[in-house]
Amino acid sequence: MEAYALLIAATLNAGTVLAIAALGLLINEKAGVVNLGAEGMMLCAAIAGFATVVHTGNVWLGFLVGMGAGAFLAALFGGLVIWLGTNQYATGLALTLFGTGFSAFAGIKYVQEKLPEQTQYSIPFLGDIPLVGLALFRHHPMVYITIGLVFGLIWFLYRTRAGLVLRSVGESPESAHALGYPVRRIRLWAVMAGGALCGLSGAYLATIYTPLWVEGMVSGKGWIALALTTFATWRPARVLLGAYLFGGFTLLQLHLQSAGVEIPSQFLSMMPYIVTIVVLVLISRNPAFIRVNMPASLGKPFTT
Amino acid sequence: MMRLKLESRAQNSAFWSYGSPVLALLLTVVIGVLLFIALGKDPMRGLQMFFWEPIRSGYALGELMVKATPLLIIALGLAVCFRSNVWNIGAEGQFVIGALAAGGVALLATKETSRWIVLAILMAGMFGGMAWASITAFLRDKFNANEILVSLMLVYVADLLLGYMVYGPLKDSNGFNFPQSKTFEAVTSIPRLMQGSRMSIGLLIAMAGAAGLWIFLFRTRAGFAQQVGGLAPAAARYAGFSSRSALWVAMLCSGAAAGLAGALEVAGPIGQLTPYVPAGYGFAAIIVAFVGRLHPVGMIFSAVLMSMFYIGGELAQSRLGLPKSITGVFQGLLLFSLLACDTLLAYKLVIKSSPSKSAVGGAA
Amino acid sequence: MIDLTPRLQLTSISKRYASVLANQDVSLTVLPGEIHALLGENGAGKSTLVKIIYGSVKPDVGTVSFNGSAAHVRNPQEARALGISMVFQHFSLFETLSVAENVWLGLDKHLTLAEVTQRISAKASEYGLDIDPSRPVHTLSVGEMQRVEIIRALLTNPQLLILDEPTSVLTPQAVEKLFVVLKKLSSEGCSILYISHKLHEIRELCTACTVLRAGKVTGHCNPQNESNASLSRMMIGAEPPALEHRAAKVGDVVLGVHQLTLPRVDQFGMNLNAVSLNAKAGEVVGIAGVSGNGQRELMYALSGEDTRADAAMVTLFGKEVGHLGPAQRRSLGVQFVPEERLGRGAVPSMGLAHNLMLTRNDAISKMGWIRTKDLAKQADGIIARFKVKASGAQATAKSLSGGNLQKFIVGREIDAQPKLFIVSQPTWGVDVGAAAQIRAEILALRDAGCAVLVVSEELDELFEISDRLHVMAKGQLSPSLKRADATVSLVGEWMSGLWPTAEALNSVASEVAA
Repeated sequence: MEAYALLIAATLNAGTVLAIAALGLLINEKAGVVNLGAEGMMLCAAIAGFATVVHTGNVWLGFLVGMGAGAFLAALFGGLVIWLGTNQYATGLALTLFGTGFSAFAGIKYVQEKLPEQTQYSIPFLGDIPLVGLALFRHHPMVYITIGLVFGLIWFLYRTRAGLVLRSVGESPESAHALGYPVRRIRLWAVMAGGALCGLSGAYLATIYTPLWVEGMVSGKGWIALALTTFATWRPARVLLGAYLFGGFTLLQLHLQSAGVEIPSQFLSMMPYIVTIVVLVLISRNPAFIRVNMPASLGKPFTT
Repeated sequence: MMRLKLESRAQNSAFWSYGSPVLALLLTVVIGVLLFIALGKDPMRGLQMFFWEPIRSGYALGELMVKATPLLIIALGLAVCFRSNVWNIGAEGQFVIGALAAGGVALLATKETSRWIVLAILMAGMFGGMAWASITAFLRDKFNANEILVSLMLVYVADLLLGYMVYGPLKDSNGFNFPQSKTFEAVTSIPRLMQGSRMSIGLLIAMAGAAGLWIFLFRTRAGFAQQVGGLAPAAARYAGFSSRSALWVAMLCSGAAAGLAGALEVAGPIGQLTPYVPAGYGFAAIIVAFVGRLHPVGMIFSAVLMSMFYIGGELAQSRLGLPKSITGVFQGLLLFSLLACDTLLAYKLVIKSSPSKSAVGGAA
Repeated sequence: MIDLTPRLQLTSISKRYASVLANQDVSLTVLPGEIHALLGENGAGKSTLVKIIYGSVKPDVGTVSFNGSAAHVRNPQEARALGISMVFQHFSLFETLSVAENVWLGLDKHLTLAEVTQRISAKASEYGLDIDPSRPVHTLSVGEMQRVEIIRALLTNPQLLILDEPTSVLTPQAVEKLFVVLKKLSSEGCSILYISHKLHEIRELCTACTVLRAGKVTGHCNPQNESNASLSRMMIGAEPPALEHRAAKVGDVVLGVHQLTLPRVDQFGMNLNAVSLNAKAGEVVGIAGVSGNGQRELMYALSGEDTRADAAMVTLFGKEVGHLGPAQRRSLGVQFVPEERLGRGAVPSMGLAHNLMLTRNDAISKMGWIRTKDLAKQADGIIARFKVKASGAQATAKSLSGGNLQKFIVGREIDAQPKLFIVSQPTWGVDVGAAAQIRAEILALRDAGCAVLVVSEELDELFEISDRLHVMAKGQLSPSLKRADATVSLVGEWMSGLWPTAEALNSVASEVAA
């Protein structure tokens, strides 16, 4: 039984990495901008966060630096895409390619480094409940912050005027512009917020989830996060659910590997990627469904 | 107060359509020099590694061509894709599967096999790449699944598949348990073009491919229909061009090209199957395609340029002690700069002085 | 005592875009409570001038003053704060949001959504503009969407209301209702700037008029004292060119549409319901109707871009073609001009010669080889024959003005000598000279024995060139009406779907059988 509680705990942890990045991507996609550079931003933030913790020992500072790295790269991307009108897909790819190379380059010195021992967190009283406490209440604060982030985002998007303005920019930037809203600035804020959250996810990955640095350690999670926003039809709560599901799958295959299941490890490792494809196919089958929920201007340049 | 403003041009600037890649290269070089200085290395030596060493001798030029061949071949296929608005990002995966298929055929050879097996190897590579690409095409065709995400996910799957094969069924029993296949028989190696150089017929194939692409894109109705689908889907529908066949043509072409490149690499310079076959050419080719403006002639130049970055990176590692990943940094920078400089095609940079701002006039 | 301080005063406004001088030394005065027309053909510079007033665009030279004081309006929010409100020609609405949310976004921040909803209902009943604030905008008809725009403008208590071509999306009856609202507003002291190129509307509604041509003011007048001819002279420098009308020599049925029924593609479309019509050689059949009533869906079904219909629902020379694609229909002698030029009728970034290959195969060999010299010659021929102003056969489609691109596209299709010519919105956004030329070419086609089907929102145009008319409303097609029997008010009624059904069935049956 304890094994299952541990599995749930690990799922929440793994899902948190994906969820933070996907929520960030949701914000910029709601404004109509698709940033394919998620993987690159996460890698750069990962090494930035890792290096910070190596030098200062402070994990929260590491998170901050990671967020800063993500926001900075996103601003670069935003400048090109929003003001110079470059193709969103190509520029996002460029960001990923650059981020992959740059993080490998900057991380050379840190490959063998180890991080100081992490504090074990536990919510008082709740954490001591047998089994349930182990599954749900002994996580790093970031897990709970992520859940809070989901609620915060729902409130922001659907209950505030600022959120309405953001959604309207994603729906029709031309109309928003005609009404006098600073479309470019709003899109930039959305892109930078998205970058900051992708950065947070990368930093969390390298400092808490698997505290080490290896070239390319994000191994596709940035892409999975991008897919997640589509599956979740751009709704924060669904993103969280999807992230946990995916986290669960990733762990399932590790679990099966260690349990000595007679499938070659490589095939088990393929599972997250294949599952992503399958879910993507299932969701995309009905184009009308996507159209209703997708920000109408997603991917299209704003030229006025 | 002075401001920089972008003003729309009536027509794309012809000057900048050639000038933009050059300017982008210049920008990359400038940033590169700054990077060298920041790392405490002599910038002139650094530039020498990247831009002089790779071209200074006949042999060096040959090596440049060897590196450029797979990049160009893959980029030719990608150009068809991108011009059709099909975003095949998974060329790397198609490369790997092509290499795997080719390697599988190569391993069937014995010392007595005829030289014609090379043809079979190349065809296997092409079919392997096409098969892998057709998964993406099918899922987009039938289910509307986004090809960027599907082709990308398949890259990871392809790498893992290769890993499985070389750790398992194809592992060399005499190989001291290293994850690698037997070295291929000499009879399977891709024919060289001349003595003393590693250039192979792959180079000829690449050149023929470039010529073929030019003819297809600019002189055939099929090529025209293919591009209209990418540039203006509503116009393609109006004209009666099938966007379905455009999708399949694009994916199968690029899959075949990437797979062919994989075959040339694995039966050429590498000579066996290892987990290190994926060298990132599938991603670098994306940059080659864009910097070359998706044009066959332009891509020849950009493939050579990217090879210089690769070779320069290797030299910088061995002679200056810089990490090899600096190549990736430069390649990414080049693409960024190119995208930024391409703005100058459609827009003019103008310096304007803005009027002084006075108080807003009165209401009733 | 009448307040003579001008509500709005523009002095010597100039604005240049790249190679085009959109406004040159334009001066304009609007008095309080006046309904002032801004008249000019497409491309005269009206939109640019209005964007300057509304703050979306800054003038290079010139001053704007409001109620006597200088005003530098930096953005639309400042314009609204001043009391300037605008109803756009192309709506600034967000389709997935509700009416109330859309209006809220156009107003100042300090109101809550609930307050806005209340005010919408109050204002709507005050002016007789019926609208439900909770409905998502994409469920509204085009006329209702305009009502949302108007209410949004009215809720800012404007002193100057600008309307940009408001009647192109309205039935004649709805236009009357709009004029009632506008006259009420002006009697309450609000000034109205009414932008249009429709002469009879301006003469009915407005008491002052400024005429623009090619960016310059060519006249100030009171439309009440002018005739259509005199206004037209100020607008285009001459009388409108007269079209030659010959008697129709009607031949056999070329196009037959039989009970065409198609479900809509997505929630933003319109179902087609039992649409039936035919077009015979040598006649022009017009389809009137406000956009959004199924015309676009009908066009897709006729051109072959939509092949979901049963094969028998569309026939050409009696042959069932419902499943044939566009290229196959062209090989049977059909040529088609869509309402969207850039992006559908032509590829914007390609040259005119290349754009020929979208619908014409003459310069392509059987094996698919493009003969570039022949292609360029063919393009040059069309450019010359239809007087297209372009730098050559290699000029990109997007570098041409709207009117010239339309001339090229229409020319490309007519040059193929079709047996059936279908055109949607032939002169939308096209200047008067080019419009007259296009209409003359359509009539020439018809005189040469081609069957022509024209879909247009401009009733005047349809009355001018059609031999017979149908009206499209809510996805259904009215029976056929001879041009001689058609009046504006009758067609206007039919646009609301109010055509007689019983006798209609009989007359349709006899038409189709003929």
